[in-house]
Amino acid sequence: MTATQDRPTAEIGRDRRRKEDQRLITGRTRWTDNIALPGMLHLAMVRSPFAHATITGIDTEAAAGAPDVVAVVTGRDLADVQGSIPTAWNITTDQKSPPHPAMAVDRVAFAGEVVAAVVARSAAAARDAAELVDVDYDEHPAVLDLKKAADDSTLAHPDLGTNKSAFWQFDSAGAGTGGSIDEAIEQARSGGILIEREYRQQRLIPAFMEPRSFVCDPNGEQLVLWSATQIPHITRFFLAAVLGIPESKIRVIAPDVGGGFGGKLQFVPEEIITVLVARRTGKPCKYTETRSESLMAAHHGRDQWQRLTLAADSEGTVTGLKVDLLCDLGAYAGTVGGGVPILGAFMYNAIYKFPAYQFNCTNYYTNKTLTDAYRGAGRPEATFAIERLMDELAAEVGVDPLEIRERNWIGHEEFPFSTVAGLEYDSGNYEAATAKAKESFGYDELRAEQRQRRESGDRVQLGIGISTFTEMCGLAPSRVLGALNYGAGGWEHAQVRMGGTGKVEVVTGASAHGQGHETAFSQIVADRLGVPFEDVEVLHGDTQISTKGYDTYGSRSLVVGGEALVRAADKVIEKAKPIAAHLLEASADDIEFESGRFSVRGTDQGMGLAEIATAVFAAHNLPDGIEPNLDSEATFDPVSFSYPHGTHLCAMEVDTETGEVRMRKYTCVDDIGNIINPLIVAGQVHGGLVQGIAQALWEEAVHDEAGTLVSGSFVDYLLPTSADTISFDIDHTTSPSTTNTLGTKGVGEAGTIASTPAVVNAVVDAVRHLGVTDVQMPCTPERVWRAIHADGAGGSTEGAAMPHFDDAEPGRDSTEGAGA
Amino acid sequence: MVRISLDVDGDHVSDEVEPRMLLVQYLREKLGKTGTVVGCDTSNCGACTVHLDGRSVKSCNVLAVQADGHEVTTIEGLADGDELHPVQEAFRECHGLQCGFCTPGMIMQAIDVLNEHPQPTEEEVRLGLEGNLCRCTGYHNIVKSVLYAAEHSGSTAGAGGAQ
Repeated sequence: MTATQDRPTAEIGRDRRRKEDQRLITGRTRWTDNIALPGMLHLAMVRSPFAHATITGIDTEAAAGAPDVVAVVTGRDLADVQGSIPTAWNITTDQKSPPHPAMAVDRVAFAGEVVAAVVARSAAAARDAAELVDVDYDEHPAVLDLKKAADDSTLAHPDLGTNKSAFWQFDSAGAGTGGSIDEAIEQARSGGILIEREYRQQRLIPAFMEPRSFVCDPNGEQLVLWSATQIPHITRFFLAAVLGIPESKIRVIAPDVGGGFGGKLQFVPEEIITVLVARRTGKPCKYTETRSESLMAAHHGRDQWQRLTLAADSEGTVTGLKVDLLCDLGAYAGTVGGGVPILGAFMYNAIYKFPAYQFNCTNYYTNKTLTDAYRGAGRPEATFAIERLMDELAAEVGVDPLEIRERNWIGHEEFPFSTVAGLEYDSGNYEAATAKAKESFGYDELRAEQRQRRESGDRVQLGIGISTFTEMCGLAPSRVLGALNYGAGGWEHAQVRMGGTGKVEVVTGASAHGQGHETAFSQIVADRLGVPFEDVEVLHGDTQISTKGYDTYGSRSLVVGGEALVRAADKVIEKAKPIAAHLLEASADDIEFESGRFSVRGTDQGMGLAEIATAVFAAHNLPDGIEPNLDSEATFDPVSFSYPHGTHLCAMEVDTETGEVRMRKYTCVDDIGNIINPLIVAGQVHGGLVQGIAQALWEEAVHDEAGTLVSGSFVDYLLPTSADTISFDIDHTTSPSTTNTLGTKGVGEAGTIASTPAVVNAVVDAVRHLGVTDVQMPCTPERVWRAIHADGAGGSTEGAAMPHFDDAEPGRDSTEGAGA
Repeated sequence: MVRISLDVDGDHVSDEVEPRMLLVQYLREKLGKTGTVVGCDTSNCGACTVHLDGRSVKSCNVLAVQADGHEVTTIEGLADGDELHPVQEAFRECHGLQCGFCTPGMIMQAIDVLNEHPQPTEEEVRLGLEGNLCRCTGYHNIVKSVLYAAEHSGSTAGAGGAQ
């Protein structure tokens, strides 16, 4: 039975309006900052203004004496209890990680690090008094530039002796998945094409709209923490580890959470400080960050330099790719920060048949805010690089960029396909998605207009950008995570609880932060059990209710969490079947289940699931030895990833005199397998697109020479607005995933992964005839103008030689077990 | 402390507040109207948008004392019992929200835009919402929601609630 044949049709695939919306549009939402407990105290953090300094003294007297202040807590006060904030992902067994105290004790390693907390009866009083805490610092040289970090001339953590955290390599020849990159490059040098480029993945800020907020009540039988987090279950585990108390004594609640994008996928200093202070004062405590604090101290994303060498024959058939990465971890190893580039390692070959591949990654510490997962995590960086390179290859060969992709991609008849990076792609059809996108976009007409504008020397030139992408979703098979040294598993847990009236409670470990789980999961269970959509209630985000789970990231909620739900629902049916047979006085072998009804084969006798639930609740007449309980649970550990793909086409207009760029049209066709709710999927695509477009055009976290975040408010960190963006043309093709029953692939990150290269390719394409071959992100008018007007053009706007790349360590192999 | 009297969502309230207290703090902390939220410190994000005498204002940019003698409408005062305001209905219909954090401010601003442009163009909607940031929707469905509200409720989309 295939996934599609097995897929019921009543609810799945339907544009259901979201269950969540009623409370969200009427202002009855349960944000963490809305929580007010009797006697609750408020925290304000005192943060280091310096990127690297020794704390020589903290005078708390004035702050402690301020009105309504209850306590002032310093790092020294917490030194014995705070431990070190754990990281979940040491990418190699010899990874170096500096201790990461929640509150700095004697040294700060980035501007924004917490050095003290003021506890007061109101948030305003706490903030006022925080200004009175007088901290003396002895400032040290800071390492702020990723390239300079590599030479160890200045150390982010002198005790570590180096800025290097870890080196990680994947080599196809060594792994047995492909040929030798050195041979491919050598051959390309003599008679083929060799393209060497360097791209910068600028530092970005996730900038979820709801600032992080934590409330801790330390006084019940259990310690209760409300947290604006994506990871309540993982947070409970970390809290238990840091506090040294059993998980059963900890309850973490993620109520409504206002966006995350990976930005709330960390166990953070402010969270544990709130808990420690609540335990110390014996009072409920709340900390809600300001936006400035959020931008400065909540983790950042991307921040990599990529050096790429693409080898091809003279026809443009790729023969090998070498990737050398430098990654900025910031001041400490974050929850999954070190692993972000590793997630990308498997995606550089994208949808193409590369015979040889080598990936070398070195992670460094600097005196800046931590970097960690941000929408797509590693995969946008990889997709950007390869899609930019394919455009450069097309220019070198002198063919249309779509043509060069066709020459290299995996044909739809070749699936399942084992890639050079060691993954097995289960399904896909790049030809179909591309053909559909091309037609909807009006590709040929726009190319004609582009030619006309070039010929007439129009001041405003038109560029067309292409991005054909794939990603690995459904993170992740636990055995793969283990092979990659990740410290946790990738399963998901679900329960289906049948009420006596036939109403259904569904519990998922995939905690939501705005994606619409309550609706999509209701649709799945309604179909599976044949009950009305309205009769399904989805519960999540409370470790007391959803007792097990791995939360939400990496587009795993539906692919992994949804499959767990399907399996739990199927168990309900299996449990109900012998009861139905008993009540219908038939043999269990003769009982069929369809659309919520058990019937005796070949007769008109039958009864609904709700009737059986009521009979079980009463338990007056059940078969011998059957327990009166239809509830079921399932834990699903995926056997493989899922691989969404798509073709994105973007038209950009570039004013050659001002460098201003304007988006004209954006069309995408994504193949995300079967779709549960098209309305929700469209919303995810739209939002993802704008986040990726924003990296291409606007967003960048900028530090000054002292290590202070210059883009420290929404005045300086340019989130796109409604006036900056356009409406999109989106469509789908469907190649169901074969690795889960629903045939779904995941969509949360697709737009972000695909859109960045599509936009930059379009910007470069608009002015390529003027000699431009690159514009570094974000493509601000100044950068675009400089690229056009640079002497001789033809070059990147920044980033020339990178001698230290030659210092990579190709001899070391830390890839044991890497690959899927 | 300063005494203020005002109407909030149709209820008359009278209170003593610190002169520096912001309207958004007053609504959230003193009145428990937590539907209005704070997303930034710089009046850039618009999540705290409410109506002051029928016009949208960012309530982090208004002191509580400035609301003395005026009428304030928040997201919680828009629906008439179970009957949603047409703009709320449009946001639900067009999936104009995801995490929902910007949504109260976005809806209040959208109503203001529709009051000014009862049958707006897409560009008028985009310009009218420029001061409200959303990180989830890419604005596509928010714009669609506002156009839907204009189309389906004529000139009444803007008016409503406790104005």
